[in-house]
Amino acid sequence: MVLSRHLDERVWLLNRQGKAAIAASAQGHEAAQLACIEATDPSKDHYLIYYRQFAAMMALGTEPEEMLRGFLAKTDDPMSGARQFPLHGAHPRVDLFNFSNVIATQLPQAAGVALADKLKGSDAVTVVFFGDGASSQGDTHEAMNFAGIHKLPVIFFCENNRYAISVPLEKQMGVESVASRAVGYGFPGVQVDGTDVGAVYEVTNVAIERARAGDGPTLIEASVERLLPHTTDDDHTRYRSSEDIVQMLNRDPIRILAELLKRRGQLTDSGDEEIHALAKKRVNLATDTVDAEPYPSVESMFDHVIDSSGGHS
Amino acid sequence: MTERTVIEAVRATIQAEMRRDSSVIVLGEDVGIRGGVFLATDGLIDEFGEDRVIDTPLAESSICGIALGAAVNGMRPIAEIQFADFVWPAINQLVGEASKVRYGTNGVKTAPMTVRVPYGGGVRGGLYHSQSIEVLFAHTPGLSVVAPATPFDAKGLLATAIRTNDPVIFLEHKRTYRLVKGDVPDADYTIPIGKAEIKRPGTDLTIIAYGLMLHYALQAADMAAANGISVEVLDLRTLRPLDEDAIVESVSRTGKALIVQEDTLSVSISSEVAAIIGERCFFDLDGPITRLGPPEIPPMPFSPIQEAAFMPSPDKILAAITKLAEI
Repeated sequence: MVLSRHLDERVWLLNRQGKAAIAASAQGHEAAQLACIEATDPSKDHYLIYYRQFAAMMALGTEPEEMLRGFLAKTDDPMSGARQFPLHGAHPRVDLFNFSNVIATQLPQAAGVALADKLKGSDAVTVVFFGDGASSQGDTHEAMNFAGIHKLPVIFFCENNRYAISVPLEKQMGVESVASRAVGYGFPGVQVDGTDVGAVYEVTNVAIERARAGDGPTLIEASVERLLPHTTDDDHTRYRSSEDIVQMLNRDPIRILAELLKRRGQLTDSGDEEIHALAKKRVNLATDTVDAEPYPSVESMFDHVIDSSGGHS
Repeated sequence: MTERTVIEAVRATIQAEMRRDSSVIVLGEDVGIRGGVFLATDGLIDEFGEDRVIDTPLAESSICGIALGAAVNGMRPIAEIQFADFVWPAINQLVGEASKVRYGTNGVKTAPMTVRVPYGGGVRGGLYHSQSIEVLFAHTPGLSVVAPATPFDAKGLLATAIRTNDPVIFLEHKRTYRLVKGDVPDADYTIPIGKAEIKRPGTDLTIIAYGLMLHYALQAADMAAANGISVEVLDLRTLRPLDEDAIVESVSRTGKALIVQEDTLSVSISSEVAAIIGERCFFDLDGPITRLGPPEIPPMPFSPIQEAAFMPSPDKILAAITKLAEI
């Protein structure tokens, strides 16, 4: 969590230095992403992520160097060979993918992945992540409807940070919550404090067990804060009040977790500082390494358009 | 060898591929008990069950998005779009997503999926049951687009499409479904994507066509033969990638090209074919590259008289042949 935060901050610095063309931050979303992943089994489960899944990528074992290769568009970017925006493509070791920047396309795809598992008799679960903005798309409705009909092993994990870039929740939906919509699809919808790692782990665990048992999907809505603007190209002071920004900063999940652990006597101030220092050192090392790496060759842009072997099954 | 209609060839091929490979599944609107509105999947649910023949809700985007997700997780889905006119809600999942799976993941993921799309007019379908939608797909790198016109080609190309490790848009002209019959071998065979075929050899000019227009072109070529004009007819069969060499070879030999299509001419397959001929056959041409298509109005009126006026026909093609041959 701390490493994800430090690397995330570094990427924004690299953007301001003109080295990272674009970044979307997970700062404020880390607890929700990490705790959700923790309840899954990366050896067999599937993950369809979206552009703000920085911490989820880290939780699934992506090394800082691998993350930076995406942000700096270097040749060894493991997700897409630097063809796509950072975090887009497919993960080299776990079944995680993120084809596009178009919002909510991953939800029907997740239903399809889960359908395939059901047909194969696998007990793998598909976890699909999306934001509150994506909840407005027709694909979201279509995916949940289909998943409900077929009781597919899929978890719809919504990270609700209350803003679709600048558009606040009250202009996105006429209901109180995204989770309340689950009733329309015939499966449970639960709200959880996305800054509370324990609570997110618990609800995800219940959803995972339900899915593995063949009882169908769950919609989880984790309330989180987007601590930074939408992306490096956004300025949220244009649409968020200063009161809103101050309140939001009080819900920083890393501070909340550190304070909890300190109250319980499980973390000391010096221990906390040491964790941050180690993370920073790791980030410095990764930055130096990747900064010196080459960009992909022009020739490689012609690879993998279609099956060059013309290969058939 | 069995004589089959186009729709019978499609159905038999789906059945054969489902028997051959248990990862092949069918999904779409009314594909189950109803057997599809054109009966392309008639009886398949009885043989393969509702796990592999899936009646979906009426939602085209998710039909294609679900097919895509299942494809990247080991299935070979055949998604049916009931009418081409209804494919627009799914464009994002096909043009935006499926086409870029291999490229956008640097080859880590692939999407072996076939999307069957009944298209085309001349069936009293009006504005929303007559459309030709091939151009947008044919414009998209990462997709293959095939448009067979005969039962033989439908079988061979559909088998190839299903077995291909990338997304294929499989266009079936509705008017040919029961109109066109032909001998189809019972044995397994495939036809490669990207290969056109000369359906009728000739020496005076080349007609380039696909789908229903192929048959109208062949009829017109017969009529022209009675007038002493020898017309070669080239069936494109695949619209992406176009068989450039076959086009160039035929037109270079005959010296004249007439491209016939049912789709709106502006920025279309015929535009691309004309560009290829212009670039590669310039010094062999004995006349202007000629195109015949419908007027530039929304396809196509429901009224029978207006529909007939809209559609290219053997007579209209014959007139174009005669004019071009006289140059």
